Amino acid sequence: MTSELDIFVGNTTLIDEEVYRLWLDGYSVSDAVALRVRAGILEQTGATAAVLQSDTMDHYRTFHMLERLLHAPPKLLHQLVFQIPPSRQALLIERYYAFDEAFVREVLGKKLSKGTKKDLDDISAKTGITLKSCRRQFDNFKRVFKVVEEMRGSLADNIQQHFLFSDRLARDYAAIVFFANNRFETAKKKLQYLSFGDFAFCAELMIQNWTLGAVGEAPSKPDSQVDDMDMDLDKEFLQDLKELKVLVADKDLLDLHKSLVCTALRGKLGVFSEMEANFKPPAPQNLSRGLVNVAAKLTHNKDVRDLFVDLVEKFVEPCRSDHWPLGDVRLFLNQYSVTVHSLDGFRHQALWDRYMDTLRGCLLRLYHD
Amino acid sequence: MPGKLKVKIVAGRHLPVMDRASDLTDAFVEVKFGNTTFKTDVYLKSLNPQWNSEWFKFEVDDEDLQDEPLQITVLDHDTYSANDAIGKVYIDIDPLLYSEAATVISGWFPIYDTIHGIRGEINVVVKVDLFNDLNRFRQSSCGVKFFCTTSIPKCYRAVIIHGFVEELVVNEDPEYQWIDRIRTPRASNEARQRLISLMSGELQRKIGLKVLEMRGNAVVGYLQCFDLEGESGLVVRAIGTACTLDKLSSPAAFLPACNSPSKEMKESPLAHPPSHGCRSTHNSPIHTATGSRLTQNFSVSVPTLIYTGMGSGSAGKEGGPFKALLRQQTQSALEQREFPFFTLTAFPPGFLVHVGGVVSARSVKLLDRIHNPDEPETRDAWWAEIRQEIKSHAKALGCHAVVGYSESTSICEEVCILSASGTAAVLNPRFLQDGTVEGCLEQRIEENLPAGCGFCHIPYDELNMPFPAHLTYCYNCRKQKVPDVLFTTIDLPTDATVVGKGCLIQARLCRLKKKAQAEANATAISNLLPFMEYEVHTQLMNKLKLKGMNALFGLRIQITVGENMLMGLASATAVYLAALPMPGGIQIAGKTPSDGSYEQHISHMQKKISDTIAKNKELYEINPPEISEEIIGSPIPEPKQRSRLLRSQSESSDEVTELDLSHGKKDAFVLEIDDTDAMEDVHSLLTDVPPPSGFYSCNTEIMPGINNWTSEIQMFTSVRVIRLSSLNLTNQALNKNFNDLCENLLKSLYFKLRSMIPCCLCHVNFTVSLPEDELIQVTVTAVAITFDKNQALQTTKTHIEKSLQRASTDNEELLQFPLELCSDSLPSHPFPPAKAVTVEKASPMGEGNFRNRSAPPCANSTVGVVKMTPLSFIPGAKITKYLGIINMFFIRETTSLREEGGVSGFLHAFIAEVFAMVRAHVAALGGNAVVSYIMKQCVFMENPNKNQAQCLINVSGDAVIFVRESELEVISTQQPTANCQQSCAGGEVTT
Repeated sequence: MTSELDIFVGNTTLIDEEVYRLWLDGYSVSDAVALRVRAGILEQTGATAAVLQSDTMDHYRTFHMLERLLHAPPKLLHQLVFQIPPSRQALLIERYYAFDEAFVREVLGKKLSKGTKKDLDDISAKTGITLKSCRRQFDNFKRVFKVVEEMRGSLADNIQQHFLFSDRLARDYAAIVFFANNRFETAKKKLQYLSFGDFAFCAELMIQNWTLGAVGEAPSKPDSQVDDMDMDLDKEFLQDLKELKVLVADKDLLDLHKSLVCTALRGKLGVFSEMEANFKPPAPQNLSRGLVNVAAKLTHNKDVRDLFVDLVEKFVEPCRSDHWPLGDVRLFLNQYSVTVHSLDGFRHQALWDRYMDTLRGCLLRLYHD
Repeated sequence: MPGKLKVKIVAGRHLPVMDRASDLTDAFVEVKFGNTTFKTDVYLKSLNPQWNSEWFKFEVDDEDLQDEPLQITVLDHDTYSANDAIGKVYIDIDPLLYSEAATVISGWFPIYDTIHGIRGEINVVVKVDLFNDLNRFRQSSCGVKFFCTTSIPKCYRAVIIHGFVEELVVNEDPEYQWIDRIRTPRASNEARQRLISLMSGELQRKIGLKVLEMRGNAVVGYLQCFDLEGESGLVVRAIGTACTLDKLSSPAAFLPACNSPSKEMKESPLAHPPSHGCRSTHNSPIHTATGSRLTQNFSVSVPTLIYTGMGSGSAGKEGGPFKALLRQQTQSALEQREFPFFTLTAFPPGFLVHVGGVVSARSVKLLDRIHNPDEPETRDAWWAEIRQEIKSHAKALGCHAVVGYSESTSICEEVCILSASGTAAVLNPRFLQDGTVEGCLEQRIEENLPAGCGFCHIPYDELNMPFPAHLTYCYNCRKQKVPDVLFTTIDLPTDATVVGKGCLIQARLCRLKKKAQAEANATAISNLLPFMEYEVHTQLMNKLKLKGMNALFGLRIQITVGENMLMGLASATAVYLAALPMPGGIQIAGKTPSDGSYEQHISHMQKKISDTIAKNKELYEINPPEISEEIIGSPIPEPKQRSRLLRSQSESSDEVTELDLSHGKKDAFVLEIDDTDAMEDVHSLLTDVPPPSGFYSCNTEIMPGINNWTSEIQMFTSVRVIRLSSLNLTNQALNKNFNDLCENLLKSLYFKLRSMIPCCLCHVNFTVSLPEDELIQVTVTAVAITFDKNQALQTTKTHIEKSLQRASTDNEELLQFPLELCSDSLPSHPFPPAKAVTVEKASPMGEGNFRNRSAPPCANSTVGVVKMTPLSFIPGAKITKYLGIINMFFIRETTSLREEGGVSGFLHAFIAEVFAMVRAHVAALGGNAVVSYIMKQCVFMENPNKNQAQCLINVSGDAVIFVRESELEVISTQQPTANCQQSCAGGEVTT
């Protein structure tokens, strides 16, 4: 006796969260059954293995049918075939688009192309996430990217509207799309200590301040060719950043800046001497020079991609090697950016603020072990 | 020209891509009614076209309005080649033809294609202007209301219950016409769908005419079925009960029976103390009728069984004359009728006087081509013959009517088994004619009918019983005689006194038969049938005793015929009726008592059975009040009945005292184990596993003994097909396979629905079919309802509090594993009578805009929730309006079975789509639920080698609007605003 056909259809579609998780994690039906057995479900319910197998198959089939709709979540809301309560719909979408930290760190900043997709085998082997799950996550990233890349307006809002994500997930996806679009390098060994959350935090700040959308220019220039305002960095701004070079090139300005910072921080900083030493021009780990040089280099795409590598090399690592406490880093960065306002000879105050406010936020987030 | 049909095509959405080059579609719509067709403009390059058409007007006879479906076809315009069909929508406009139902049909309908399934949706508005027609000889019957519900619908009162109406129409099946060889499967499927839709309309109209003739205004318990007779044609037949119904005006005036029946169940607790003495008897309830032969066709009428029959007359001194009078009266009311049958299964209080027992008749026929579709005499004669038989069985039981009546067929190749069954009964004449029988007599009759047990009293002459039976004085009133076991096809009467809870009982049986042709085949089948019925009955009786119960309700026996086997499946809900005597146990008697080890084995089995009975009594809380022997008195001496064939014997108590373990002097049901078959029977008795704790199941409307339902319901359909592996099957192996199939299916259901515990599966409906030689298909439809373990609804005041509590618990459940779309805290069906709100809420899908974009995600689904249930009510809610019947027929076919996920994927998707189309039609009528939903047919055929499959599904039900009781209360306390706020806060959003 073999079961040829075995189905269960409810007027309200049954969703078993546990099975959904197993399905999302890319387990086959037999693996899922084995995992459920191991979780002790047979003992809890008194069911037989056959019942469990049938149940799992049924759920998998349902999920498979729902998957097509999950690719365009508004369709899930409007479709008539599966009657699913709103809270369940939200859960289905949220879980489907959720991603693994380990996976996203591998892909973050990479071009979402076929080439990357070919590497998923390696990522799967490296992270222990099933290939199926890797593919789903990768396809999710790519799908969201494709839908919002040509869109005007806030990146996170666009994502939320077209994919019905929660706030949190929409912001995470905004970061992923932003990183993929700007191809920031995140895979270098010295960046391995950083979490996705660190990058997402920085992405949000950069989207807020460094993109075209941030300055609200586009509406006044409707004929501009720039559609994806939140995704691309403001090119003019990046060009202008060259002007900041004067802060390290002009000896007077540099000295003045240094003395102002030192005066303000004397006695407040545990690492005062190290800080002071760092201002000296020949010092190999000149913090100020580092930060300004990073800014000046951002005209080249290659250097934009290496932004995080540079920040870690030029700032985080030197401070860390001198054992700066986070509080001291904060005090220093605040003072360092504020005192520029007192430099009479410096004309690019607004530019400095736009650069430094974001950078300060990023650096503080990146500064940890 | 008494009607004008107006149709407007508003918009489409989610259309499939028809042009690969542009990834878009140039869609337009054809609207067809009768022979008239209109077209919309082509809406270029869009998957979400906005046609916003003018009103297309069709001027038609109301006869056509009743027969024809509105046919809407969505096409893709193609300049160079033929336009491609995207799909179709058939809309039955019948609900618009009577004043109290829907006034407009408006909403999103899934666009359905028989090859591709649902392909997007279309927004349509339909209206009908009817002109008054005074023509007496009209052929239409507009205005007659139809209900699938097999009881008086909740917001109506029965003035008169006229009785049985039936009709059948036949036609050639398009699938078997010569043209089918040259047309596409799609065209063939569509021709079939259209034809059945047309025939259903015609059938309904003809039945309506009969109702008007009887001066009724409604058909209740309307059951329409179609028989796919293959080469010989297509039969659509329907039966129902004609009534004159009065609408109850104010919602407050609902009869108590009209609320969720659960409520008044508890009002009849064990409050009838035993008074008089009773005598213990026993019956072996088999009655055999002889076969007959029809002239025009080969046919074999099968020996028929009458399950529990009782006599009438001299039961009690006082009862006698009244009963006689009553019979005279009712007879006069019923005698004019050819068939005093009623398809109802639940009745207005006082309608049902006595219940005799189950009567059934079967007949095996050979099909031949229907030569003249306009005169379906042969089929009519077949059914008339069977009905006559049923009528005579009822008469033999001293009954003049049959209630809970139903008919069914099973067809395999050219052999067809026609079956009819019902419950013989004596009815109160008051409801049967125009109030002529009023006055003292009736009152006296009613005085003489004790509540809660009257229907159990035997309606026939004790001295002239059609078969031997054990009678006792009623354990409730002590005045009249009752049988020891009662089988019925009806629902448990609401005033019946029940001890403990009930449970689902099934008897399952397979019999192999040789493959044969035509007459030899029919003879072989009809020779097998009596044995099958007999065994099914024995199984039911054994299982009933094993549960420690004494009555069956909702009994449905299905005999299915296949190429090489017959299957029998009987389902019923067992209960313990307080009026009936306590059932005796089951005794096992060995045939060769000399063998020591054998005896040991027997006693071991005996112990197991006794333990099971004791366990079941505990499980179902069966603790009837103890009655001492002196009060009961001595048994009536009666003839002992022995039957070798049965291997079950009635033994009078003194003979079995030594074996009797725990049942005192009660009669025991003796199973004599004389061969391996019998051994197996006993084993199979013990293999039925009770449902896991927290689960109950029944096949009646509600579970006796549970009355505190919550609003959480989940209707479902489950289908299983197994392939029998070995070719040399034995009956035993077959039985085991079938048993396992059913048991495993139930186990799976319990597992799937475990989050609803404590919960009861209600109206569990099993259907067996044998699509091919080695395939067995079982289809189950039922509804799971959660009940509240601790709280019993008592007063209105506590009810309000409770609904609040419930709301909060529902909330918690929602987080964990909510099965239902709406809980009390998330009132997705707020239908407060406040007029301003009703319309929008009633058809939340009625508007076609996509405003959700700016709103927070997921909180605003534009799709309204539609509940579906096979029950006639919705727990915790009141039905305020019936919008008309839903009767839909779909065909789905595929030539890419593997790509669609194999047979399971294919059927799963199809059933989900059928549900969706039913919901969409209900929503478009302005409803939020389907009650009395039934999947009448699910014919599945596969050909995996060709990568093909086809499935036909026929469903029906009543579209209704319901209002939550909690909301009614809020309204009644004059807080409509609070109600509105509540519903808004609950996440209800109208577009």
